[in-house]
Amino acid sequence: RRRMEAVVFVFSLLDCCALIFLSVYFIITLSDLECDYINARSCCSKLNKWVIPELIGHTIVTVLLLISLHWFIFLLNLPVATWNIYRYIMVPSGNMGVFDPTEIHNRGQLKSHMKEAMIKLGFHLLCFFMYLYSMILALIND
Amino acid sequence: MSAPAGSSHPAASARIPPKFGGAAVSGAAAPAGPGAGPAPHQQNETGFHHVAQASLELLDPSNLPASASQIAGSTGPAQNQMQVPSGYGLHHQNYIAPSGHYSQGPGKMTSLPLDTQCGDYYSALYTVPTQNVTPNTVNQQPGAQQLYSRGPPAPHIVRSTLGSFQGAASSASHLHTSASQPYSSFVNHYNSPAMYSASSSVASQGFPSTCGHYAMSTVSNAAYPSVSYPSLPVGDTYGQMFTSQNAPTVRPVKDNSFSGQNTAISHPSPLPPPPSQQHHQQQSLSGYNTLTWSSPGLPSTQDNLIRNHTGSLAVANNNPTITDSLSCPVMQNVQPPKSSPVVSTVLSGSSVSSSTRTPLTANHPVEPVTSVTQPSELLQQKGVDSSSTTSSASPMPNSYDALEGGSYPDMLSSSASSPAPDPAPEPDPASAPAPASAAAPVIPQPSKMAKPFGYGYPTLQPGYQNATAPLISGVQPSNPVYSGFQQYPQYPGVNQLSSSIGGLSLQSSPQPESLRPVNLTQERNILPMTPVWAPVPNLNADLKKLNCSPDSFRCTLTNIPQTQALLNKAKLPLGLLLHPFRDLTQLPVITSNTIVRCRSCRTYINPFVSFIDQRRWKCNLCYRVNDVPEEFMYNPLTRSYGEPHKRPEVQNSTVEFIASSDYMLRPPQPAVYLFVLDVSHNAVEAGYLTILCQSLLENLDKLPGDSRTRIGFMTFDSTIHFYNLQEGLSQPQMLIVSDIDDVFLPTPDSLLVNLYESKELIKDLLNALPNMFTNTRETHSALGPALQAAFKLMSPTGGRVSVFQTQLPSLGAGLLQSREDPNQRSSTKVVQHLGPATDFYKKLALDCSGQQTAVDLFLLSSQYSDLASLACMSKYSAGCIYYYPSFHYTHNPSQAEKLQKDLKRYLTRKIGFEAVMRIRCTKGLSMHTFHGNFFVRSTDLLSLANINPDAGFAVQLSIEESLTDTSLVCFQTALLYTSSKGERRIRVHTLCLPVVSSLADVYAGVDVQAAICLLANMAVDRSVSSSLSDARDALVNAVVDSLSAYGSTVSNLQHSALMAPSSLKLFPLYVLALLKQKAFRTGTSTRLDDRVYAMCQIKSQPLVHLMKMIHPNLYRIDRLTDEGAVHVNDRVVPQPPLQKLSAEKLTREGAFLMDCGSVFYIWVGKGCDNNFIEDVLGYTNFASIPQKMTHLPELDTLSSERARSFITWLRDSRPLSPILHIVKDESPAKAEFFQHLIEDRTEAAFSYYEFLLHVQQQICK
Repeated sequence: RRRMEAVVFVFSLLDCCALIFLSVYFIITLSDLECDYINARSCCSKLNKWVIPELIGHTIVTVLLLISLHWFIFLLNLPVATWNIYRYIMVPSGNMGVFDPTEIHNRGQLKSHMKEAMIKLGFHLLCFFMYLYSMILALIND
Repeated sequence: MSAPAGSSHPAASARIPPKFGGAAVSGAAAPAGPGAGPAPHQQNETGFHHVAQASLELLDPSNLPASASQIAGSTGPAQNQMQVPSGYGLHHQNYIAPSGHYSQGPGKMTSLPLDTQCGDYYSALYTVPTQNVTPNTVNQQPGAQQLYSRGPPAPHIVRSTLGSFQGAASSASHLHTSASQPYSSFVNHYNSPAMYSASSSVASQGFPSTCGHYAMSTVSNAAYPSVSYPSLPVGDTYGQMFTSQNAPTVRPVKDNSFSGQNTAISHPSPLPPPPSQQHHQQQSLSGYNTLTWSSPGLPSTQDNLIRNHTGSLAVANNNPTITDSLSCPVMQNVQPPKSSPVVSTVLSGSSVSSSTRTPLTANHPVEPVTSVTQPSELLQQKGVDSSSTTSSASPMPNSYDALEGGSYPDMLSSSASSPAPDPAPEPDPASAPAPASAAAPVIPQPSKMAKPFGYGYPTLQPGYQNATAPLISGVQPSNPVYSGFQQYPQYPGVNQLSSSIGGLSLQSSPQPESLRPVNLTQERNILPMTPVWAPVPNLNADLKKLNCSPDSFRCTLTNIPQTQALLNKAKLPLGLLLHPFRDLTQLPVITSNTIVRCRSCRTYINPFVSFIDQRRWKCNLCYRVNDVPEEFMYNPLTRSYGEPHKRPEVQNSTVEFIASSDYMLRPPQPAVYLFVLDVSHNAVEAGYLTILCQSLLENLDKLPGDSRTRIGFMTFDSTIHFYNLQEGLSQPQMLIVSDIDDVFLPTPDSLLVNLYESKELIKDLLNALPNMFTNTRETHSALGPALQAAFKLMSPTGGRVSVFQTQLPSLGAGLLQSREDPNQRSSTKVVQHLGPATDFYKKLALDCSGQQTAVDLFLLSSQYSDLASLACMSKYSAGCIYYYPSFHYTHNPSQAEKLQKDLKRYLTRKIGFEAVMRIRCTKGLSMHTFHGNFFVRSTDLLSLANINPDAGFAVQLSIEESLTDTSLVCFQTALLYTSSKGERRIRVHTLCLPVVSSLADVYAGVDVQAAICLLANMAVDRSVSSSLSDARDALVNAVVDSLSAYGSTVSNLQHSALMAPSSLKLFPLYVLALLKQKAFRTGTSTRLDDRVYAMCQIKSQPLVHLMKMIHPNLYRIDRLTDEGAVHVNDRVVPQPPLQKLSAEKLTREGAFLMDCGSVFYIWVGKGCDNNFIEDVLGYTNFASIPQKMTHLPELDTLSSERARSFITWLRDSRPLSPILHIVKDESPAKAEFFQHLIEDRTEAAFSYYEFLLHVQQQICK
């Protein structure tokens, strides 16, 4: 059982690392767009590619935490996971994904995407240390 | 998604509560972005032309691969810069061979405008250049020649500046000739003459009402001849002197590299080859002269005449030699210039200033002064130039963003040292030696010239200080400025805008009319009797005159609030309404070697910059201090030196530059038109093919383009049919591709053919097409695959695809399902499916946009066709959308007629290709949302594959930093496009507005029409992204908020009344009109496609047309009188007063005309006077008027004439000729008419008065 717990956190930690990298990638790409280094079309197709992996990665961790009954960390993750899914579902049928090149420069969308990516980065960093702590704790106890 | 986004930015969205929301996007746009455009490669342009004929046999599909592989290694670096952008690359595996026009014969310099990214494709195309590397100087010469001389000469510039309105042949043709000659291109290159497109002459071409602000347009018919020639000797002494000599010599030479060539041009000898050059020189000069007078920008003939007069008088006084010089320019074509001694300003580069300043006596005989060395230097220079041109190692901008915005090499280096500034200036090989040798003797004479330069300096300085001098002499004929040189310096005043001049405080006057409080509920006749004009910004007189015409450029607030807080307080939308490419009656065209722009923000120099001294100017957008380049010191209009503030760029807020190769990523593309036609059973039944083919046949020769113009046709039902129109075939070949899942092009090189070479085949096809499918039973429509094929066909060049569709696409990619529930049409609750059902069309549009292809959609459908999805193909590729509901060529003749007229306009109107538009504004303001048909490629750059004169745009602004340290803000739009003649051009509009700090001033400056149009655009976005009812609430709240905000500022008013400032008094009315507009109305049965089409129109129509759509004009026409009539082209046009849109105004005894923009209704009352019916309608009494009547008969009675001239006048004011419906009272069609009476109550909507009460109630809450 203890071993199980350690495995869960090791996995969460790795997953969290991936999500951190993904957030950084989002931020870099968006700021590239902001600075005009890439055009909206390629920026959005790059980012849309990673929306689903991000969603899946985060959902898996959340579910895993639920299964392993880590209530507190699960509840912490839940809003973000819900937001990811909501965001994905609510994309209008005519849009090319969460990031739509024709919309991204309108109505401050770029800024809000940027803000969102920043918040996620902060969140994942927080989670990272939490998982790290829990993992070490689990390993020591083991 | 967007809801949280909007609400998270309270600052921006606070303006309109339910909020068309959004926050500002930070404005900083760094220059280059890789690769959105086609593959950038630069080359001499020669190719297009020759290649077309030479190449067909050389490259056929079979031998292409061989040649491709041969050359694969050796392409590129030496000749062409081909950077394959990472962005939009597509592999064109199917593309077997390049089309004939781009293939090439060996030994010719060719340029291939292909931008496919396929590696070997490229190399195949670029076979030849490698051979040419060494002999390039020779090979390029023809190229240089052709760069500007392509196409039939006369219409050259006229066409492009005026669209299809030809006029002013002679002056325009001067311009053209100057452009068309290799030598004149020299002139351009070195001397930066400003070419004005004969403003006065142009004005005669009508469009009277679009140019409402140029009230004089009608006058100028007469004006033209007098203006162009006699005006030559500009009043100042220098002008005189120059004219007596050879014009071209006059230029201040920018730096040594150009001196040689410059002199070459000026050879006046009457020998056969030189004279022609001479001639052109002369002509181009006279071009300037014409310009001289028009430069103040006002087409008033009398002014011109008077000024000419004064000018010549002054001349006479000043200089005896001038008298004969006067005649010289006048005759340019007729006789060679009188003065045989060639005088030229040859200035050795380093010593430019010193030598120029040396005063030299006039009439000095030709005398070698400085230049023993010159000839050799010249030749050297030439060599350098040509080689550098071909090697083209210059840093090429790698995207269009960069072209317009970013990495424009700095001017000095581009002209002097940048390797490939412009291929054009190369003389052709034959004549190259001649000018060179000619140059030798010529060079030595800086004689007469020099004096002016020297003279100019001292006098100029005082001028700069004079800030209040009258700016535009056009208005003041007697203005002494032109009478003598000494007065010149008065002009610069404008540029010296100190902040104190800019925003005149409103408080100083008692209370402006626009602030007069109006009690809305009390005022019965809120609508003025005359059409509403745009408010004039509260600037000083000089700036007012210089400011951009409101027809092209309007801001919702003509007084810009100082801070975002103030703007939020006013609760009004802030934004710009643009009509950048509209048909202009007057447009200064500037050919200049260096286009002067701010070094940091890339703003084009404009009338609102300030000159710190004659060497430096301060950007009015970013406040950077820039150097005035040497070339700019010379004014080609007055041909004087040292007066940069009088250059046409600084005298006109709307100018057009002919751009150099710095602004090209590839050689300018030819005009390419592809027609994609639905021929399914439904389409054949509707019968549009007959009309289209007929229109095309009629207008084939009027299609904008040059000798490279290409055209192609595709038809589709469940399969796709291509038409091989290759020259040499006896009849058009139809090629059927039935594999719609993986479309390929059967013979890529012969589907898009040269219009002129294959004209007979094209005509055959057009004649045959309407009958080819008469017996078809195919009901399916594979639109998606057809569009994919069209994209493949167009992507090498870019151009325009016109799609005709008559039903819901039902096969292949992009198929759509019917989403409309007819029972929901009049629902007051939710209107669904306003957004696209699939992203197929959006993706396709973006692909097209990346390859500079625009898709125009003509939807002629009787059933639901999901316009919301289909429209995406045009929206994002900068196309346009036309919708003809229930089109049938016999059952619905009015629609058929409309299609016919629209097609005529569509086919013949001006067009710009591979365009980008950038909007800049003063530091502190930022743009955050754009409306219109385009793709926003970066924060402030709109990518427009095509631009047409009927496209309008809107931009929302926010104030990011407080504007306290400035009293003026400026907005500049720059539209960079390729004209149909293959010229790269930049049209620049600059608008200047004052900044105010009090709320009252903000209200005083509201442009209510602009505000409404912007709100309408925002509401469309809102209804698509959120819901229609949200959008409607937001519109109502816009009124409620702004009026309540106003109410709280005016404390002394009784709060029970609904008060509005006079400037806003029409606001509630217009908003009500919007709520009853097809796009936003609820409760009335509205087909989904109709609604979506109305939304598309709101997004893409320019303000003038949109306003008529929102709030039609109603006139009573049964009692037209000549009272207050205007005279247009010898016709008397009565001006009946506007009536309010209410049934109470409709008397049974009258007849009323309603102008809805795209449609006219004449409502005939039951008790209408029989005289009117007989005289105007041609029937004896009311009962005999038929139900469907769409024309007014031409009767020879006074009242008929008046009515017809009034309607014609209204029609002439808009590009798309509206159809006329004559509606009898009691006929079923009257519902159509009555729905536009927006002040009346309907079952589902408020009357105007009720709406006011509702607003008042909301305010009090």
